[in-house]
Amino acid sequence: MASSIRASATGSAAGAALRRPPASLWSDAWRRMLRNRPAVVSLAYVVLLLAAAILASAIAPYAFEAQDLDSADLGSTQAHLLGTDQLGRDLLSRLLYGSRISLAVGIVDVLVVLLIGVPLGLLAGFFGRWIDVVVMRAVDILLAFPNLLLVIVVITYLRAVLELPQSGALAALGGLDKLSGGLLGVFIALGLVSWLTVARLVRGQVLSLKEKEFVEAARMIGASDGRIMLRHLLPNSLAPVIVAATFGIPGAIATEAGLSFLGLGVRPPLPSWGILIAEGVRSMRAFPHELLFPAAVLAVTLICFNFLGDGLRDALDPKLKVD
Amino acid sequence: MTTYILRRVLWMIPSLLVVFTLTFIVVHATPGGPWDESEKPLPPAVKANLDRQYHLDDPLPKQYVDYLAGAVRGDFGPSYRNVERSVSDIVGATLPVSLQLGAASMLFALVVGIPLGVLAAMRQNTWVDFVASLVTVSGISTPPFVRVTLLIVVFSLALPWLPTGGWEGLGDVRLIIPMVAIGTGPAAILARYTRSSLLEVLPQDFLRTARAKGLAEQAVVLRHALKNALIPVVTVAGVTLANVITGAFFVERIYGVPGIGRQFVDSVSGRDYPLLLGIVLVFALLISVVNLLVDVSYGFLDPRIRYR
Repeated sequence: MASSIRASATGSAAGAALRRPPASLWSDAWRRMLRNRPAVVSLAYVVLLLAAAILASAIAPYAFEAQDLDSADLGSTQAHLLGTDQLGRDLLSRLLYGSRISLAVGIVDVLVVLLIGVPLGLLAGFFGRWIDVVVMRAVDILLAFPNLLLVIVVITYLRAVLELPQSGALAALGGLDKLSGGLLGVFIALGLVSWLTVARLVRGQVLSLKEKEFVEAARMIGASDGRIMLRHLLPNSLAPVIVAATFGIPGAIATEAGLSFLGLGVRPPLPSWGILIAEGVRSMRAFPHELLFPAAVLAVTLICFNFLGDGLRDALDPKLKVD
Repeated sequence: MTTYILRRVLWMIPSLLVVFTLTFIVVHATPGGPWDESEKPLPPAVKANLDRQYHLDDPLPKQYVDYLAGAVRGDFGPSYRNVERSVSDIVGATLPVSLQLGAASMLFALVVGIPLGVLAAMRQNTWVDFVASLVTVSGISTPPFVRVTLLIVVFSLALPWLPTGGWEGLGDVRLIIPMVAIGTGPAAILARYTRSSLLEVLPQDFLRTARAKGLAEQAVVLRHALKNALIPVVTVAGVTLANVITGAFFVERIYGVPGIGRQFVDSVSGRDYPLLLGIVLVFALLISVVNLLVDVSYGFLDPRIRYR
């Protein structure tokens, strides 16, 4: 249909001269985004990081757990661009494989936001009553405390449960957790808190949107509740959700790194950036580069995701405020 | 106003109770007792004795009620790890250290963050604003354990200006690294909010009036605009407190500060349930009180706000 309209519009020369190129919300946002230099640089970095994570096994010069005690604690050499750690493991390879863990955490965070936060916010805002009370009280209570405090308590519990010999579903979960080197526990603990802000955000959006005329109109022509939620309310509250989800990614990556740093997250020898930093702290007096490289990579990654979030927020709605 | 405060104080009780109950359930549902961690497993009889001594063989509901009754009286029971010390002792010894460090960090955040936000707003879209935003985004996005380790590498190892760890109270140079490491996060949040809030106030009519009556730009911004812009900034006090608390977990441990954040991390890995519960309650109380103070102070700062 759109193409036929365009065809008829370009049919007359005058129409073509007057007509602006079609601009949707998304193409407008993309144009604004491209003008934001920090956001573009950050986007490029994130794409590179994603490529590095996907291709880690192909481009990493060594396996992440390969030890070579004869070449321990090296600085930058030709064989080891970023040097080696106290066990002679190649730092560049460990950083590359570590990016997989960080990005997986980021992706799971977004999935939880989309699959739990958005639906709960939609339902609470749309139906109100007891659903609203239950969901929002839970959100209020959980949000009243620092994320990390809750995550630490929950992951302690999860690790103890999953490590124990179990039967049935728990045994499968425990096996999966062991297989993933403790990642599963991190995912669950992070998932518990990562949907909160978005649920509250979507609820607020729905509360104001559902009083608008277009929803009334949709209802009048016989649209069902589900259709109104999915086809009308959801698309209209998508912009702030995208922004909030983008800001959630660095939060989740930082929390995973923090947990692993404390020894509560991913288990060695898996090279989570948090573990690399913890190992770097141990040898920072003699070999500061073992701390500096992972710390810098983590910091740059988090900063880039935040700039990306800023850029998206300014591009999607200059008046929007999400923090 | 008084009824509002009273009602808010009463509301703190159920929310604290919920936190307490959740933590209690999670902690006690965790398999493996506090005596499992040692290298040499204890004989079962010794374990049973320890369980009896600490009432871990009581039914859970009884433990819950006993512990709650003790907590109300300020008695959080004995710590499992430090046999001769009670949880109240440990909290009493470590909390003041963390409060001092936290207060210093907040002061640092105020002194750095608000001027940075004002500067960025005044020079909007210039290189000053760009540098300020780079600083604030870095401050918001880097976790405290990265900040503290980088500070140690630069200012204790590369340039031997500061000690690599320890705590000698507020008057000592050992305060600087942990204070800056913790305070940078809140400082960045304050700077960002101050900037955006000031940008909203600046185009308003009363400032045009202030300029029209001949006030210097500096007086307009500092005396009239900033006063109004800072009101919404107060609301992030809760967020910055959370930032300070989670920052303390890492910074106190890495820099060797004998505070409550370090105790929390140790109690988690040592499965010291009473200590863990006690510390979570202290944090919960601290956060609830600060949130209450924020809401109340809001009314004093902005008389247009009415409490119901």
